[in-house]
Parts: sequence; structure tokens; C-alpha cells
Amino acid sequence: MIEPRLKIATCSLAGCFGCHMSLLDLDERLFDLAERVELDRSPLTDIKELGECDVGLIEGGVCNAENVHVLMEFRARCKILVAIGACALNGGVPAMRNQYDLKECLEESYVRGMGLVNAQIPSDPEIPLLLNKVHPIHEVVKIDYSLPGCPPSADTIWTFINELLSGQAIVLSYRQIHYD
Amino acid sequence: MSDEQSFTLDGRRIPFQNGQTVMQAALEAGVYIPHLCFNPEFTPHGSCRVCLVKVNNRMQAACTTPAADGQTVQSETEELREIRRGILQMLFVEGNHVCPACEKSGACQLQAVAYYTGMLAPHFKHFYPRRPVDASHPEAVIDFNRCILCELCVRASRDVDGKNIFAVEGRGIQAHLVVNTPSGQLGATGFSLHDKAAQVCPTGSILTKHRGYDIPIGQRLYDRKPINVVGDVAQLPDRQGGRRHD
Ligand code: SF4
Ligand code: SF4
Ligand code: FES
Repeated sequence: MIEPRLKIATCSLAGCFGCHMSLLDLDERLFDLAERVELDRSPLTDIKELGECDVGLIEGGVCNAENVHVLMEFRARCKILVAIGACALNGGVPAMRNQYDLKECLEESYVRGMGLVNAQIPSDPEIPLLLNKVHPIHEVVKIDYSLPGCPPSADTIWTFINELLSGQAIVLSYRQIHYD
Repeated sequence: MSDEQSFTLDGRRIPFQNGQTVMQAALEAGVYIPHLCFNPEFTPHGSCRVCLVKVNNRMQAACTTPAADGQTVQSETEELREIRRGILQMLFVEGNHVCPACEKSGACQLQAVAYYTGMLAPHFKHFYPRRPVDASHPEAVIDFNRCILCELCVRASRDVDGKNIFAVEGRGIQAHLVVNTPSGQLGATGFSLHDKAAQVCPTGSILTKHRGYDIPIGQRLYDRKPINVVGDVAQLPDRQGGRRHD
């Protein structure tokens, strides 16, 4: 009997895609993974609509209105939601802008930035509105598991996925836990 | 030998001398109790609460509790580990700890103790306080975002260096570290890298300039082995990746 493969979705919010690169760092283990799981919406599949999933892996914190929308959709459609990497866990490097007012940040880039012609702060309705502050995702939705690291190593991700898929308690070794 | 005083720590017999705290006796016996504001060279401060243990079933700070004959002390229980994680999580969200962008990362005692207790995420809502960085001194920088108010620099500068450069101002959540000069700038003080105060910070708050990220990831102080094996960064000599230079 072929067991139905678990459905996994992934997304990158206010992150740098480093955590997704780390996922790709699984290298040949990806073949093994592909036999056991099916990828739903993810930057790796380009599926745009999120289906009902078993596991959602979230990279990055929330910095704009679209991030919040996507995160809430993931929470609604994924049975288990996992925060992956420093930005998802504590805002990370993007949250360093929390030291300044949003207006100051925008002006620094778009008004006072070097070599600008006709400088103005972008206001196209297609561009998601920025939040006043960058937040980690647990401040918006409930998170079931957290994997620290900037990014977590492929080994950490592999241990985690294996233990999760086999229904074991998640046990990471000392070297698999780091915040940078 | 039979009249030697002792207590038990997680079932292990720990001898002690009069006047020693639970922490000092445990350290001497080679048993690790997590700590941040405790440094064996200074008077105990009792402020970080990371060293929380149960002494005869009551929660106490190991660094300020005098050892007493026949005490039963518990430290590595799941209950205490969980409380310690909570205390650490509060320390993290109160400041701004962006480890990937911190020169102390990998050799930071706060981070290492958090690894040791198995803290995976900060859990609480972040304060994101706005605190300054003081780079006015030619050799050292203070990033107040990472200060946990352990007052080790305050104690070292006052009690060892005789310079009294640092102080904590304000109360409760308003408490913050200040530099004791009219301008509040480190550059305006007689602070030197040879000061004891330059060697004791358990976080990346007081840093030496011009030598950031000089040890590759994977070879830093706490990259391979946990702090209970490696020891405190402030106690280890410079050549071993620590901060001590006598
Ligand atoms: S002081 Fe320690 S915990 Fe804080 S950002 Fe630096 S490495 Fe991380
Ligand atoms: S600067 Fe460092 S040593 Fe001084 S109080 Fe803050 S954390 Fe402690
Ligand atoms: S080490 Fe005991 S309270 Fe800080």
C-alpha cells in the first residue's frame, strides 16, 4: 500500500531566502524527501494558491501587509506551522529598522538616497504597505515549532523534518542549535 | 574528613567551607549551574536569576544562597530548565539581540547559556527598545542594545580598576547602563582595554574594536562544545577565544 504523501508548503516573508537555500542544501537527500512529501505552494514550485497542507514552513518575519495576509493563510491551511530561521523567530536583520521610524527609513532610501532623480516615496497600490515595525511571526499567529539559525543548517532541517515525519519528539543536538 | 560540611546537588555530594554560596561550592566541585551575572572574581549580584535552583524545595538564586550543611539542592530538573528558559527569553526580548549581526556571536555567554538550556525561540513579544551605540572610544564600543544589566562592568570598574566608569540609572523597566561622564560618552573616560571592565561583559555589549569576526564560524568558543564544558568567556584567556588578559 502506498501511503499518501504528506503535503508541505513553504514561503519566504521578510527573509533573504537563505533558509530556502539551506533547504536546497539537503542535496541528494531531496530525492528521499520527494518520495515522502509533496510540495504545495512554495518558491520552489511556483504554485500560487495554497492548498490544505500538513506542514507549513515559514521563513522571515512580517514587514508588510502582504506578509501578514500570507502568514494568516498558511496558519489557516496548515496543520503544523514551523518558524524557520532568525527572522521568523525574532525579526532578525530586517527588524533592525525598528530602531527608526518608518518615515525615516523610507526617506533615507527614496528621498535622500544617492543618485536619485525625481525622488519620491513609492505609492503604487500594487506595492504592499509596510508595517511600522518588523515582527517575528509568533506575534501574529500561533507557531507549533521553531528552528533557530541564520539560516538553520541543512542538517538541522533534515533532522527536524525526519523526526516530524516519523512522529518522534524533536531532538536537536548541541551543534544543531545556533542563533546565527 | 567525616565532619566536613556538605550539601547535595542533584544527588551529588558537594563539600563546602563556611561562607561559600551554593554556586561557589558547586563551581569548586566542578558542577555547572547556569549563570550570567555571577563571576567568581566578584561579589555576587543576584540580578539575572538564571542560576535559579531549588534549595530544600524553595526557589533560590544559587549565587546568593549560602551553602548549609545537609541542604538538598536541585538544578537540572525539567521544571527549573523551563523557568530558566523563560528568564532567558525575557532577557532576549527586552534588548535587541540580532546574533547574526553581532561580533560576539559564538563567544557570547548569554547565547551559550541559552543554547545550554535548549532555548529555541524568544517566545515573548519583543520590546524592540531604541538604545544607542557608543563608538566614541578609539578602542572599544558599547552597544547598549545587548546589555542585560548584570553590572559586571560596573563592579569591575569600581572595585578592580578604581575608575567607576559605569553605572545603572533608572528603576524597573527604565533601568539602563550609563557611562559616568557629563557627555555620557565612553570616549570621554579613562577606559582602557587593559581594564578589568573590558574583560567581563557576558554579552556583546562591550566590544573591542578592529577585531570583529576574526574567528571563523565553527571554531568560535561555543561552536562545538557547550558552556558547561568550555567555561565562561570572561574566565578564559584571550588565546583560547576568551576575554581574559592578565
Ligand atoms: S550579545 Fe549575544 S545574544 Fe546578544 S546579539 Fe550578541 S551574540 Fe546574540
Ligand atoms: S555592558 Fe555587559 S557587563 Fe555591563 S551591565 Fe551590560 S551586560 Fe553587564
Ligand atoms: S548568576 Fe545568580 S542571579 Fe545571576
